Amino acid sequence: MFAITDQPISTQEQKARLHSLEAGAYVEFEGRVRNHSDGREVRRLDYEAYHELAESEGTRLLREVTEQFDVIDAACVHRVGTLDLGTVAVWIGVVGAHRADAFRACAFCIDEIKARLPVWKREVYADGEAEWINGCCGTGSVFAADEPVSHRHS
Amino acid sequence: MSSEQSSSAAVRPIQVEYYAQLREEAGRAEETVQTAAPTASALFEELDRRHGFSLSAEDLRVSINASFTDWDAPVDAEDLVVFIPPVAGG
Repeated sequence: MFAITDQPISTQEQKARLHSLEAGAYVEFEGRVRNHSDGREVRRLDYEAYHELAESEGTRLLREVTEQFDVIDAACVHRVGTLDLGTVAVWIGVVGAHRADAFRACAFCIDEIKARLPVWKREVYADGEAEWINGCCGTGSVFAADEPVSHRHS
Repeated sequence: MSSEQSSSAAVRPIQVEYYAQLREEAGRAEETVQTAAPTASALFEELDRRHGFSLSAEDLRVSINASFTDWDAPVDAEDLVVFIPPVAGG
């Protein structure tokens, strides 16, 4: 299940949706609003999305995740609106029989969200300036640039 | 409102939505454009002349009716066209 929401994300509620007795591993990622960016002090983030396309692209991504990795299910919620420091902006959960693919699928999922979803973020700085962030993920992926991400090829 | 495109396509209404910095630069979230622009690319050029966007087509992706598509895709009457600035989710 993929969703865009303007409400706070309850990660406990989301996690409960992924309950499976076949799952030996549950991996989750929370993307949170950080108080600094590129050496500047950040006060808050404003997110917006093209809801319809973000939800269809997000749903397509989750289908790819369950096809390409040995996992049982994956889910994601991305928040939009004005977010204060420390707030969860995106939550991803993955369940699988074993941990290795659950970890890898979760990491793949956040990389693809940053690269593909029509979601935008405006950083508002302590000095009152604000800037739309163009592009993504210069640092942060756990995968090396030339690393094969999944072992299944559909 | 007449199109600046030299095209045989008839002038018809196209819905356009703007997000993020394109929304700020256009000064609106949406508009209905009367245009003869035959493709998404031609429509963007026309709107870029009107609004003076800081991003060029090479920086953007385009969607028609909530699906990603190519810049040379044709646009039809009542289509919803959205130009997608560089994304930054997560």
